[in-house]
Amino acid sequence: MFSFMRKRPAFQGGVHPDDRKQATSGLPIEPLPLPARLYLPVQQHIGAAARPVVKAGDTVLKGQMIAQGDGAVSAAVHAPTSGRILAVAPHPAPHPSGLPVETIVIEPDGEECWVDQPDPEHALNLAPEVIARRVAEAGVVGMGGATFPAAIKLNLGSRHHIDTLIINGSECEPYLTCDDRLMRERTDEVIDGIRIIRHALGARRALVVVEDNKPEALSALQARLYEMDTIEAMAVPTRYPMGSEKHMIKAVTGREIPAGKLGADIGVIVHNVGTAYAVHRAVRMGRPLISRIVTVGGGAVRRPANLEVLLGTRVEDLLAHCGGTRQPPARLLMGGPMMGQVMPHAQVPVIKGSNGIIALTAEEINIGQTMPCIRCGRCVAACPCGLMPLEMAARIRNEDMDGAVDYGLMDCVACGSCSYVCPSHIPLVQFFHHAKGVLGARREQQRRQEEIKRLAQQRRERQEAEARAKAEAAERRKAEREAAKRKAEEAKAARAAKAAAVQEPPKTPAADQAET
Amino acid sequence: MTQTTPVSGPHTHAPGSVAWNMGWVTLALLPATAFGVYLFGWPALNLLLITILAAVLFEALCLRIAGRPVSPFLMDGSAIVTGLLLALTLPPWAPWWIGVLGAAFAIIVGKHVFGGLGQNLFNPAMLARVALLVSFPLEMTTWITPSPLFSEGAPGFLDGLAITFGLVAIPDAVTGATVLGETQTGFSRDLGLSETLPGVYAPLQQALGFVPSSLGEGSALLLLAGGLLLMAKRIITWDIPVAMLGTLVILSTVFMLIDPERYAGPGLHLFSGAAMLVAFFIITDPVTSPSTVAGRLLFGAGCGLLIYIIRTWGGYPEGAAFAVILMNALTPLIDHYLRPRAYGRTRRGKPLPMKNTKAPAQEKRP
Repeated sequence: MFSFMRKRPAFQGGVHPDDRKQATSGLPIEPLPLPARLYLPVQQHIGAAARPVVKAGDTVLKGQMIAQGDGAVSAAVHAPTSGRILAVAPHPAPHPSGLPVETIVIEPDGEECWVDQPDPEHALNLAPEVIARRVAEAGVVGMGGATFPAAIKLNLGSRHHIDTLIINGSECEPYLTCDDRLMRERTDEVIDGIRIIRHALGARRALVVVEDNKPEALSALQARLYEMDTIEAMAVPTRYPMGSEKHMIKAVTGREIPAGKLGADIGVIVHNVGTAYAVHRAVRMGRPLISRIVTVGGGAVRRPANLEVLLGTRVEDLLAHCGGTRQPPARLLMGGPMMGQVMPHAQVPVIKGSNGIIALTAEEINIGQTMPCIRCGRCVAACPCGLMPLEMAARIRNEDMDGAVDYGLMDCVACGSCSYVCPSHIPLVQFFHHAKGVLGARREQQRRQEEIKRLAQQRRERQEAEARAKAEAAERRKAEREAAKRKAEEAKAARAAKAAAVQEPPKTPAADQAET
Repeated sequence: MTQTTPVSGPHTHAPGSVAWNMGWVTLALLPATAFGVYLFGWPALNLLLITILAAVLFEALCLRIAGRPVSPFLMDGSAIVTGLLLALTLPPWAPWWIGVLGAAFAIIVGKHVFGGLGQNLFNPAMLARVALLVSFPLEMTTWITPSPLFSEGAPGFLDGLAITFGLVAIPDAVTGATVLGETQTGFSRDLGLSETLPGVYAPLQQALGFVPSSLGEGSALLLLAGGLLLMAKRIITWDIPVAMLGTLVILSTVFMLIDPERYAGPGLHLFSGAAMLVAFFIITDPVTSPSTVAGRLLFGAGCGLLIYIIRTWGGYPEGAAFAVILMNALTPLIDHYLRPRAYGRTRRGKPLPMKNTKAPAQEKRP
C-alpha cells in the first residue's frame, strides 16, 4: 500500500504494465505452413545492409546464403526454403514508414531441400574465433529485437575480461510469450547455446534470467541444468524494462554501466535466449538463421498463437493462420506494446528481430486526450534511467534541444515508462525521438559546415601559397635582373677601363643574355 | 485537440488521467466537506456551492478568452478542486462575495495569468486565501462555534441565505476563536498554555472537529482518512505529507520539552488549523510541488518548518497558507538543484568511474 514499505527495487523506476501473456503463454509453438512467397529484406539488422548474391531466376536451396554481410557490422541472409528467386527489388519494410527496401523475393518449390552442410565439429572444442565466424556465417543477430549482429558480441571475450554472461529470458514486454515457450519447449537447445556462448566468451559464470511471472520456464531450465554447467537460472521481479541490457545488469549483478561504456567494459555480456537458441543451431547443427518464433496476439486477433515462422513470411499470412482479425486493429505492431513499432499494413515481412505481431484494439491502447503537463513527477518516478522526462519534454517543446541534452536526453533508452504512466497522456517518447532526430540533423549539418570550412580554408591556403610563390618568383627575377644589370655595368666599367687601355672595346654576349 | 497517431511507443497506457486524479481528490475530500457542512449548517453549504460554481464559471471564462477548448479543460475537474479547497479554508459563515472574490482570484490570478493548468507557480487556492486574509481580515477571521445542522439554535435554510448574502449580521453569540487563535490571544495577555488551553482544547474534540474552524479544516481525522485513501490509490505520494507532519511533530515536541507553558505539543499542532488539509491536499498539488522524491521531502519539511514558525512566532495563527506560498516559490529552485542520479552517472552528471569490475557496485538510493 505504501510505496516506502516495499522491498528495495532491483533498479530504480520502472513500471508494471498488465502483462496480458495468459492468452498465449499456454500455447505450444506451432509451425506456420509454407507461405506462397517469402520477402527477405537485405537489411534485417543494425549495421550495413547485406549485399545480394543471387538474381531473379536463380534457384536456391534451403539454407543457402542469398545476401552476404557487408563490412564489419552486418549480417548475412539465407534462403528460408528451397525455391526460385522471383525478384531482387524494393518492397515495403517492416517499419512505421513502410518505405521500400531492397528485398529478395522467393517462390518456394515445396521441396524443403537443404543445402549441403559440413558435419559440425564438437562445438566446445572450437576456438572462440571459429565459433564467432560460424555464428556470423549463419547470419545470427540479437533475437530480442535489438538485431545487433551476434558474432561481434561473441568476439568481445578477446578484448575484455568477461566474468559474467547473462542470458536474457525476462521477456518484459506485455503479450509476448515466444521466449517463454522457447525456454519451456527447447530447453536443452537453449542451454547448449548458452554453453557455446560462454565458452566463446570465456566467462566464469552464466545466468539465465527469467521474470517471476514465468515459473514454468524457470523450472524447466532448472530441471535441465547440471551442477557442472555452472549455469544458473534465476528469477527476477516482473518489472518493465527488466529486459533492457543496462537494467538487467543492474538487477542481476548490482553493477552499473558507466555512461558511454558497454556492458563488456564492466565484464558483463547480455544475450537473449532466442540468440542462444540460434547460436546452438548455427554452431552445433550448422544451420543458418532462417526462422524464428513469433507471438501473434492482441485483442483484435481471433486465435492468438506462438508460431515458428520462416523469415520473410508476410504478416498477413500469420494473421490469416490465426483466423484473421475480429475487428480492424487500431494499431498493428511488430514487437511488444511498450517499444514495438506500428506497421503501416500487413504486407510487410517477418524479419530476424520480429518477436511479436500484436494487433491491438482501441481499448487496449487506452489513448487519452493529451492534456498539459501537471508536473506530477510520475514520469520521474517511473524513469529507470534516473532522468526527468517532464523537464526534457518542456525544453524540447521550446526547441531547446541543448537544454534537453543537459537534462540527460542522450541517456534515455526510449523504454516508454514515462509515457505509460503520464496522467496527461503526453507522448513523451515521441518528443525524445523528435529531439534526437533534430540533434542528429544538426550534427550532420555541423559536420558538413566544418567540411566546407575545411575545404575553403585549404583553398585559401593554396591560393595564398600560389600567390606567395608567384611573388617570390617575381622577386627572384627582379633580383636576378638587377644582378645582371650590375654585372653588365661592372663589365661596362671594366670594358671602359680596358678600352682606356686597349682603345677598342669588344662586345660581350653575356650582357645580352642577362637582359632576357 | 485532434492529434495524429504517435508512431512511437508505448502503445498501451496505465489507467488514469488528470480528470481521474481530480475525481479522487474530490472524493477523498467529501467526508470532511460533508462533516463541515453538517457542523456549520446552511450558510456553510451556500458558501461551498457558491465558491465552486464561481471557480468553474471563471475557469470557463478564462478558457474562452484564451481561445482554448472549454469542455476538455472544464471536464478535467481542476477548477472544481480549486474551488472546493478554497471553500474548505474559508470561515464557514463568510459572506457570498468572499467566495466569489476568492474564486476569481484563485482562477484568474492564481492559475490563468500563469498560462492555465500546469503552469501556475503558486497553489491557486492558497494564493486566494492569502489575498482574502490580507484584504478582509475581519470576514476572514470570524469563526463560528459549531451549530450542527437541524440542531437547536442552528440557522434554518432561509436564515442561512440571509447570513450568506449579508442581510443579517452574524450574532456575536455564535462566534468563537480557533484554538490557535486562543493561545495567541493568551500569550498577548501573558497567559501560559496551562491557563488558556483547558477551556478551549480537548484533544478528542479537536481531532474529531467539534471546534470552531474553517469550513473543512475541522475534522483532522476525516482529512487524514481521505489523505490515506489518496495514498492507497497512488494519487498522491507519501513523501510530502510525511515530511511536513514529521517536521511539525519533531519541532513541536522539541520546543514543548523546552518550555511547555509557551509551546504547544505535537497533538495540538497536528489536529488544529489547516495542518491535515495542507499536508494531504494542498501541498500535494502536483503542479506547485517538486517532481523528485528528494525535492518533495525537502519541500514538505520546509512547509512544516514554516507553518511551525508562523504559528508560534508569527502574527497569523491560521497562517499555513503563507508557508505554502513561500515554499511554492522555492519549488523551481528545488527542482533545478535536486535532480535524481541518472543511471551510469554520478550525482554531478559525470560518467561513473571505471573501477568496480570486481566487486558489485555499492548501490546508492537517490
